[in-house]
Amino acid sequence: MKNKSIILLIPVAIIAVLAFSSAYTIDETEQVVVTQFGKVIGNPKIEPGLYFRVPFIQKVTYFPKNLLEWDGDPGQIPTLEKTYIWVDSFARWKIVEPIKFFQTVGNMPNALNRLDDIIDPAVRNFVTSYPLIETVRNSNRFMDTFEIGIHDNMEKAAQAKKPRFDVRTGREKITHGILQQARPKLEPFGIELVDVKIKRINYVERVRQSVYDRMIAERKQIAEKFRSEGKGEAEKILGEKERDLKRITSEAYRKAQEVKGQADAEATRLYAEAFGLDPDFYSFTKTMEVYDEALDKTASIVLSTDSELFKYMKSYTVQP
Amino acid sequence: MAWDWEKLNQQHQQKGGIPPQMDDFLKQIKKIKLPGGPIIIIAIVAILFLASAVYKVEVEEVGVIQRFGKYVRTSQPGLNFKLPVGIEKVTKVKVRRVYKEEFGFQSITEPDRSRFSAESEFANQSLMLTGDLNVGVVPWIVQYRIKDPYDFLFKVRDVRRLLRDMSEATMRLVVGDRSINEVISKREEIAIEAREVLQKELDHAETGITIQTVEMKKTNVPEPVQPSFNEVNEAVQEKEQMIYQAREDYNKAIPAAKGEAERTIQQARGYALDRVNRAKGDAARFNAMYKEYVKAKDVTKRRLYLEMLKDVIPKMGEKYIIDANQSNFLPLLNIGKETGISK
Repeated sequence: MKNKSIILLIPVAIIAVLAFSSAYTIDETEQVVVTQFGKVIGNPKIEPGLYFRVPFIQKVTYFPKNLLEWDGDPGQIPTLEKTYIWVDSFARWKIVEPIKFFQTVGNMPNALNRLDDIIDPAVRNFVTSYPLIETVRNSNRFMDTFEIGIHDNMEKAAQAKKPRFDVRTGREKITHGILQQARPKLEPFGIELVDVKIKRINYVERVRQSVYDRMIAERKQIAEKFRSEGKGEAEKILGEKERDLKRITSEAYRKAQEVKGQADAEATRLYAEAFGLDPDFYSFTKTMEVYDEALDKTASIVLSTDSELFKYMKSYTVQP
Repeated sequence: MAWDWEKLNQQHQQKGGIPPQMDDFLKQIKKIKLPGGPIIIIAIVAILFLASAVYKVEVEEVGVIQRFGKYVRTSQPGLNFKLPVGIEKVTKVKVRRVYKEEFGFQSITEPDRSRFSAESEFANQSLMLTGDLNVGVVPWIVQYRIKDPYDFLFKVRDVRRLLRDMSEATMRLVVGDRSINEVISKREEIAIEAREVLQKELDHAETGITIQTVEMKKTNVPEPVQPSFNEVNEAVQEKEQMIYQAREDYNKAIPAAKGEAERTIQQARGYALDRVNRAKGDAARFNAMYKEYVKAKDVTKRRLYLEMLKDVIPKMGEKYIIDANQSNFLPLLNIGKETGISK
C-alpha cells in the first residue's frame, strides 16, 4: 500500500518538476531573451503570457519593457559666460531591442553606467555652449519685470531690458539638442532614449551670494524709485494746491473788482445824470455839506463884518 | 500602495529557472508518514487553492487581473472571482483616491524622511532661477489620481518618481520664463500653466495619471533677500502715504480758499449794492431838492447857506469877528490859548 503510493508519486513528481521548470510567465512590464548555453535562441519574447522552454538547457533572462528612468549626476557646469551653475538632469529610456541589449550591456547597472557616460557629457556640452539665460528661459515671453505702477519711460526700460533677455534657443531646444546628440549613441545598445530634461538648475553657492547681492541692490533701487516717485507726486500735488489757491483768490479778486467797478460806474452815471442838471447848485449844496462835516471845534474862524452872517452886525442897513 | 507588483517582478528575476519552493514542497509530501495524511494535506492545499479564486475589491479601487502575466481584465468594486493562484493575479489600484506630492516643503503629517538631510533637499527643490536670473523660492503641491490603471501599472517602471522629476522640471520650465515679480504675484497663472505642461508630459509618457491640481504654496525670495523685498513694499506704502498727505493738504486748503473767495465776491457785491443805492438815493435827493430850488433859486441858496452856518458856527472853537474897516486885529488874538484848548 505504502510502496504503491510512493511508486505512483515518483513519476507525478518528476512530471511536475519538469512542467514547473519549463513553464515561465512574462509580465506586462517584461520582455525575455531565451538563451541556450549562452547563445540567443529565437526572437525575444515581448508579448506577456505563459511560455515554455526546454528545461535546464534553455535559460530566460528578463528585461523591463516599460519606461525606465535615469537620474543624472548633479554637477557644476560653467555656462558660456563662465557662470558656474548646478545642473541636475534626468532622462527616460526604454529597452527596445532586448537581444542587442542582452549582448552589449547585459544588465541594468551596466546600462545605467552607459547612460551616465553618454548623457552627462551631452548635457555638459550643451549647457557650456550657451549663455545661462538660454538654459533658464524657454521663450522670449514678455515679462513683467518691474513693479506695477511705474509707468514713466516704459519704453526706455523695455529697451534696456531687451539685450539682456534675448532668448534665441530656450531650454526646450537645448534639451532637445541633448537628446539628439545622445540618442544615436545609445542605439547600438538596444536602448531608446525617450527624452532628457533638466530637473534643477541653480547657481553654485559662491555665485548665489553675489546674485543675492545683486537682487538686494536691484530692490533697493526700486524702493528708492518708489520713494522719490512719492515725493515727486506729493510735490506735484502741493504745487497744484499753490496754483489752485492763487487761481481761486485772484479769480475772486478779479470778480470783486469787476463787481465794484460796475457799481462805481453805475453810481458815477447816476450822480452825473442827477448833478448834471445844475452843476453850480450841486457844487453849492455839496460845499455846504462839506463845511458842515469838516469843521468842528478845533477849527477857528475869523469873520469880518463884511461877511454874509455878520453884515447885519454893524448896521441893519446894508451897503451895497 | 500599488507598487508591490515591483517586488514580485524582482522575485521573478531571482528565481530564473526552477521554482525551488515547489521542490521542497514535494519532498515534504513524500516525507509524510501519517496514515491518510496525504489526503488531508491535499484537501487543505485544494481548499487554499480554491480560496485564492475569491477576492474583494474595495470601493475606491479596481482590480487589474493578469493571467500568466498578461493583462486580461479589470474588475470593479465588490466580491470578484479569478482563476486560482499561479494562473491569475490581481493587483488592486486605488483609482478614486487622490494622491499628493509635496515639493520644496514638508507638511507635518509626513514624518518618514530623516529631517536633517531633508532640510537642504527641500531648499534645493524649491530654489529656482527665474527668467530675469534672480532666485525664487517656490514650493508647491501636486494632487493626482490614477486615471488608467493599465498604463499606471505597466507602462512606466516608477510612476511616482517620474511624476516627481517631471513636475520639478515642469515647474522650473514655467518659472524660468517668468520674472521674480511674476513668480511672487502671479502664482495662480503659474499653477495653471504648470498643470497643463505637466499633464501633457504625463500623457506623453503614458503614466495613466491625471493631475487634479497644482497648488502653489507661498512663493518668496530667498531669505537673505527678503528684507530688501519688504523694503520695496514699504517704499510703496511710503509713496502712497506721501501722496495721501499731499492730497490731504490740498483738500484742507482748497475748499477753505474757495469759501474765502466767495466771501470776497459777496463783499464786493455788497459794496456794489451799497454804492449804487447810495448813488440812487443821493441822486433822488438832489433831484427832489433841485426841483424846489429852481422855483426860488436865490432864496433857497441863501437859506441853505445860513442853515449851514447855523449848524457849523456853534461847533467851531475860537470865533473872531472883525470890523471890515479895521485892518489889524492881531492884538486880540491869543495864540497861546488856542493850544491850551487843544489840550
